[in-house]
Amino acid sequence: MNQAHPRPLGSSDRTSASAGEAQPPSPATMIDVQDVSKSFLAKGSSPVHALKTVSVAIRDNEFFTLLGPSGCGKTTLLRLIAGFEAPTTGRIRIGDIDVAALPPQKRPVNTVFQSYALFPHLNVAENVAFGLQMRQWPAAEIDSRVAETLAMVRLEGFARRRPAQLSGGQQQRVALARALAPKPSVLLLDEPLSALDLKLRKEMQNELKRLQQETGITFVLVTHDQEEALAMSDRIAVMRDGLILQIGRPKDIYDNPSCRFVADFIGEANLIPGESLGRDPALTVTVRPERILMGPAGLGGAGARIWGKISAVTFLGLDTLYEVRIAGEVRVRVRRRESEEGFQRGDPVALDWPATAERELSS
Amino acid sequence: MERNRTLLLIAPAVLVIGFFMLIPMFIALAYSFLTANPYGGVLPPPTFDAYVQFLFQRDFDDSLVYSPSYIFIILRSVYLAVATTAICLVLGLPVAWYIVCQSEARRRFLLFVITLPFWINTLIRTYCWILILRDEGVANNLLRHLGLIAQPLPLLYNDGSILLGLVYTFLPFMVLPIYSTLERIDPRLIEAAYDLYATRMAVFRRVVWPLAKPGALAGATLVFAPSLGSFLAPDLLGGGKKLLIGSLIQMQFTSSRNWPFGAALSTVVTVAVLLVLVWRTRQTYRRDQRGREQRA
Repeated sequence: MNQAHPRPLGSSDRTSASAGEAQPPSPATMIDVQDVSKSFLAKGSSPVHALKTVSVAIRDNEFFTLLGPSGCGKTTLLRLIAGFEAPTTGRIRIGDIDVAALPPQKRPVNTVFQSYALFPHLNVAENVAFGLQMRQWPAAEIDSRVAETLAMVRLEGFARRRPAQLSGGQQQRVALARALAPKPSVLLLDEPLSALDLKLRKEMQNELKRLQQETGITFVLVTHDQEEALAMSDRIAVMRDGLILQIGRPKDIYDNPSCRFVADFIGEANLIPGESLGRDPALTVTVRPERILMGPAGLGGAGARIWGKISAVTFLGLDTLYEVRIAGEVRVRVRRRESEEGFQRGDPVALDWPATAERELSS
Repeated sequence: MERNRTLLLIAPAVLVIGFFMLIPMFIALAYSFLTANPYGGVLPPPTFDAYVQFLFQRDFDDSLVYSPSYIFIILRSVYLAVATTAICLVLGLPVAWYIVCQSEARRRFLLFVITLPFWINTLIRTYCWILILRDEGVANNLLRHLGLIAQPLPLLYNDGSILLGLVYTFLPFMVLPIYSTLERIDPRLIEAAYDLYATRMAVFRRVVWPLAKPGALAGATLVFAPSLGSFLAPDLLGGGKKLLIGSLIQMQFTSSRNWPFGAALSTVVTVAVLLVLVWRTRQTYRRDQRGREQRA
């Protein structure tokens, strides 16, 4: 990274305003994506712009997540980093190398595929050894590295099994071991947990986080699951329609969403039109449901911002979710601990929140 | 009730296999133990003459002399069938791979092209090769006009032309099964191999080929068996100078009028092919067993 960047990272025409952290590249940048775009030419129709111009700097040792709904370009960006696709424009550097001209087999990057893509004709040990054999490690070192990696993902004793004889979670671990075995600089994970059931997914989230911390390898995760992203990442890039909308630490993104989409996509958010609160109608005010205080209308409601009527009550275990209808048919969701006074459907209530809990968004 | 329905459903398959395969095979087997009728057909007295004739020649004094000439014919037939299978494999695999890599529409078109020759009778197609290969044929004339040769090349009536005809006839039977296995390979597997530092050659050797092998084996069986018994290409393109097993069998039922011997030859070839298939199946089965033991 000896070359000065003409612009701050994360800045491209449409993301500059929202880029969370516009700091100069540190020497610890592992992947530097600069003004990269990708269009696919479809026969007989106009080209599809899977990725409009994006820039992002992923740091060494970082757990970085590309988060967004399907079709937002996150997988395309991952495949560009892996080398399965060539960028239409822009530059990608991994470490100190410009990888534009390098095919996947020459990049210090390994991928965990969504479908795992384990070789069905090879057993677990042979799958894990594949990358090492291709790199022509000595046989003895391969054996010890395979054993070590299988221990790392807690699959000792499964070495001789075929992938088809393993459960989804175990296959996932094999895919991880196979990608980690050659000690890549970067591990790319394409929706690795989406095929697992909820309990296993939570377990693997911890497992992935642990592996990342143990190995110190830069992880780049692609997911559409915002909870997963918040739980695991050091930093998140929120993507939509081929653009990066915001880059930042989970807490920053949660507390300071840069636009309506990010506020709505990450966690739960109330998007209240400005006019309902007596403000500029062009604005949208966003407040997290758990930050809203609720009290009986008329009782100490002097400081309340708005009044409404409870239109629905949903018991969620630890919390209760209330839906409050305020002026202009707007519904506001309020999440409260059930141990507090039990409100009923139809109760008139007053709502309030601290000024720090809200954000005014113009887009 | 349920049982009856199942029987009803499998009845057509059983009837077809029985009437068109098993019964004719047993008729051939039975004929091979009967006496030849010099006017064609068979006579009832049972005898092993046909099988004796396969290995021995009856001298004038009625003593039996070991004669390997029929064995040589079989060996030569096996050699040509193996060569045909090998050439079909080497040609068919890249073709199948190429088709798999095309777009959906192009794939359908190319598969149609592959099956196109089936619409023309094999006999006619084989005659066409004679027109191409003979001394005054298309190939020799073209080469002469280009000034590359002065005298016509002996392209017809040798092992080369027989092989050409066999490969031409049976190549689709190799391409189609390989295509169907290649088509089912998850493209992510190939990406994963590249991602794990495999070169193009290694991707083929370590991933594509092992996964395509079942298709290649099916194709090899489909090519080997009919080319072993084929008599059209050997007769027309080989000029019938050196006999192959297919032509030999065919002759026994026509000009030689020795039906039991023809039936015996068919039985020998069928049993030989069956043994190879059984051996192969058992090997595959054993490998699966080993895999299952490893799981335990």
